[in-house]
Amino acid sequence: MTVNTALSAVETDPIVRRPAGGRRFWSLFTRSKWVTAGLAIFAVYVLFAIIGPIIKPYDPSALSYTAILQPPSAHHLLGTTQTGQDVLSQLLVGFGPTLEIGFLAGVIATAMSIIIGVGAGYFAGSAGEGLSLLSNIFLVIPQLPLLVVISSLDAHAGSWVYAIALAVLGWAWGARVLRAQTIALAGQDFVLAAKASGESAWRIILFEILPNELPVVATSFVFTVVGAIGSYVALCFLGLVNINSWNWGTMLFYAQSNQAMSDGAWWWYVPPGIAVALILLGLVMLNFGLDEFINPRLRAAGITRKELKTASKQQGITPVIRNRPRAPSGVSSAITVGDEVTSTARRHK
Amino acid sequence: MTYMARRIAFYIVTAWAAVTINFFIPRLMPGNPVQIIMSRLSAVGPVTPSMQRALEIQFGVNTNTSLLNQYFQYWGQLVHGNLGTSITDYPASVASVIAQALPWTIGLVGASVIISFVVGTIIGTLSAWRRGSFLDGALPVSAFLQALPYFWVALLAIEVFGVTLGWFPDSGGYAQGMTTALTPAFIGSASYHALLPAATIVVTSMAGWMVGQRNLMITTLDQDYVLVAQAKGVSQRRVMWMYAARNAILPQFASFAVALGLVVSGSLLVELVFSYPGIGDVLLNAVSNDDYSTMQGVFLVITLAVLAANFLADLVYVVLDPRARQEA
Amino acid sequence: MSAITGPAVAAGMEPVLDIQGLCVDYGRGRNATHAVIDADLTLHRGEVIGLAGESGSGKSTLAYGATRLLRQPGIVTDGSVLFTRDVSRPDTEIDLLDATPAELRTLRWRDVALVFQAAMNSLNPVLSVQSQLTDTLAAHRPHTTKRERIERAAELLELVGISRDRLKSFPHELSGGMKQRVMIALALALDPQVVIMDEPTTALDVVTQRQIMEQIISLRDRLGFSVLFITHDLSLLLEMADTIAIMYAGRIVETAPARRLFRAPRHPYTAALLESFPSLHGDRKVMTGIPGSPPDMRKPPKGCAFADRCKYALPRCTDEQPPLASPAIESGGGRQVACWLHEENALPDALSAPEPGTEPAGTARESFGGPR
Repeated sequence: MTVNTALSAVETDPIVRRPAGGRRFWSLFTRSKWVTAGLAIFAVYVLFAIIGPIIKPYDPSALSYTAILQPPSAHHLLGTTQTGQDVLSQLLVGFGPTLEIGFLAGVIATAMSIIIGVGAGYFAGSAGEGLSLLSNIFLVIPQLPLLVVISSLDAHAGSWVYAIALAVLGWAWGARVLRAQTIALAGQDFVLAAKASGESAWRIILFEILPNELPVVATSFVFTVVGAIGSYVALCFLGLVNINSWNWGTMLFYAQSNQAMSDGAWWWYVPPGIAVALILLGLVMLNFGLDEFINPRLRAAGITRKELKTASKQQGITPVIRNRPRAPSGVSSAITVGDEVTSTARRHK
Repeated sequence: MTYMARRIAFYIVTAWAAVTINFFIPRLMPGNPVQIIMSRLSAVGPVTPSMQRALEIQFGVNTNTSLLNQYFQYWGQLVHGNLGTSITDYPASVASVIAQALPWTIGLVGASVIISFVVGTIIGTLSAWRRGSFLDGALPVSAFLQALPYFWVALLAIEVFGVTLGWFPDSGGYAQGMTTALTPAFIGSASYHALLPAATIVVTSMAGWMVGQRNLMITTLDQDYVLVAQAKGVSQRRVMWMYAARNAILPQFASFAVALGLVVSGSLLVELVFSYPGIGDVLLNAVSNDDYSTMQGVFLVITLAVLAANFLADLVYVVLDPRARQEA
Repeated sequence: MSAITGPAVAAGMEPVLDIQGLCVDYGRGRNATHAVIDADLTLHRGEVIGLAGESGSGKSTLAYGATRLLRQPGIVTDGSVLFTRDVSRPDTEIDLLDATPAELRTLRWRDVALVFQAAMNSLNPVLSVQSQLTDTLAAHRPHTTKRERIERAAELLELVGISRDRLKSFPHELSGGMKQRVMIALALALDPQVVIMDEPTTALDVVTQRQIMEQIISLRDRLGFSVLFITHDLSLLLEMADTIAIMYAGRIVETAPARRLFRAPRHPYTAALLESFPSLHGDRKVMTGIPGSPPDMRKPPKGCAFADRCKYALPRCTDEQPPLASPAIESGGGRQVACWLHEENALPDALSAPEPGTEPAGTARESFGGPR
């Protein structure tokens, strides 16, 4: 349930880069610690998504009448549920579906937001205005209630239906940001030049505009995935999704309806929540890194924390850091300690 | 068109869109909702012909009229305030059920949003101004908080604060057995019961405002007028609040719409977990009863409420930004 | 239309702002850009100095660096900036580079004020004009009452030719010219001794430009402050400057009284700049730009930075940096040039014009085709 209002900063102050932005984009992955951390978490999740169903110790649906509500033990590393099912197995099996839905929804939503957002920004007049209005409407409409209505009407929907529904409700934010970015770019010289030389609109959009919007597209993609995963887990938690495979939201649904909290069965409801929280955390961190790339001022690059602190204490005052000791003027009481001038000096004649 | 006129026009269009979506969804989905409802209803009580008629208009089954006619009929029904009959609370009308629950949600969500916006904005402002201080830690912490699912935090909160520590009540909107009246005792009990749910919402949604304000401040601090303000010797505090923050906050209102939508969605789940007698509760009860009419009614009302809240936010925006006050 | 021939700066006028050896960098370490290198500039009381140079020459950086208003990653790395508040009392001299933040905040605006480039964004969009004038007054003169401050704000607006019922206006309601005037009024709010103006008219149309220039000139006459006027348009300085300093690649390459600079440039860059002005009177000329471009300031050349574009360059020019010194060809003082040609006795004709003597005022303008 995030609001990436950093994107709104892009909207009001679109940072326009020259077309050589491609290489810098890839350098992100090596230099930003946010991006590294986020990707690491994501990689771990992908790993578990693949091997989870393989390494699971038990069949997650297998009931047992003896091992009911057991705390973690050697047999059941994460304990068991009310019906004797192994929590760890259920957890492991949940990686795949969650990532799958999130990604699917993210891809579809991002594709839609590019088409509508860039279109709204590039084409002036009623076409652009209409697309913009469309995205604003979808932005305001509250997602979860609508999802509840939709999913309750068709309880047997496959996961791709959910992906589409999530995408339909999730593309609007990205569209709006891309529209702002496109408007800024479309006024730039290199686009005007391309237009003047007769390039078709599609070519301009595809080759001139979109490459420069790559970081923003990336951010909105990640944001959409976060929203999709969050909404999907919420829907499962509400028991609205008819699942064939286990996922974390459904685990929480059963946990809650079986009073896991009052029974103190923390091993049942804490791990799924953490599982969801961690992947979302990883994605959010990824977005922080992307934000810093889009708006380099957000980064405190190359400056130590102490210097940052001193500089910010002295807002609006350029620091004086002398490279060489001052020629003795005979009267100055300035002390150059290491790199900073720390006291005042008055020349007395 | 002035700013306000444009916004109002937008809200009208969106409200129309919401109604239209409501109209089309059951007609697009497979299955026959009317039959399900009918069977549910008849299990609960007698089904009058007028109820049946209303259902047919709502869901468009068993009619011979064209789609367009159905659409007009649907609007006609809405304008009369007829949202259908509730199955869950038979024989009450959907409208009355919602009307009863709405104030609770508005109170909870309204207060939470305001608190989280104010606190988040203040912290965001300070953390951008004093970079390198401990407030920089606010960023990763808020990243973590942003990632937590609302309802899960609510579950934990109940477990820790409600059950284990017993500081707060773990469910309900007010103490059991109390009658709903505007007595001090009732208000006191209601407020006490609202604390934990509100705290849950505030803690998880505040992060978005914090990060947003921080990033907007950093961009704003680069503006010329901030440099001028510092050059002309105005106090640091005034520069931070009146020159930087006052300008940085304006784009936040643009994202208010989305933020509010998410908070509302999240609070539905919080209400479920806390058994709080608000709209979310109504919605979720309706789900388990296949009470489609109620679900649709709730969706519509929530959308209108969100639009109204956005309208209020726009009013605040006009107050804050002199450029919006007069637009040719 | 008034033209100004300001009081010539007589030798012996006290310096009010003395910049010596100022070095300003952007960034640190190997990739630092050396925007200003060893700049010497002395502003005397009542004087108008024009600081001219092309974009990127470092002139704005010099001004902002000297007053320590440079944004990150700007750093002042060397030099001194001595401001003398009261010439009769030597102990009121203070080095801005060593001052504490508190001292700087007091001194800035009260004694040294700035008019920033491009007033488009220099005013806070959400506060009224009155508010932005009075909060400075309140910060520096806390003992005044609110009514006194409002009255003073109204006075300031009238000083720059804006009616006082504009006090309650917001910046978006003002035209570009009006906004610039408000910035000037703001700069004069505390009666400063030094006003630094950074391209105050660049963003304006020509008519407004003229009006603002005249306004500045008449205010200067009236209130007597010293001005450091930064511009890339040399012709503007013709009208108002007493002294002109030319900057190239972060260094000051020539300083001279205005009339002398125009009639007899002593640095190849100055001569080339003057060549690039079309004249309304006089013969038609073939316009030539200056071929080449300024060096990369991350690795400033060890010799003269203009050498590779200079048509008179000597081998010594690329090896050694010429110091700013009085040229041999002039007997009197008042002029400094950084060029080896003077020392090597290799002065071309273009730089050997006789020193202007006692020509009547206005001659300079005619000869060099100032804008009319």
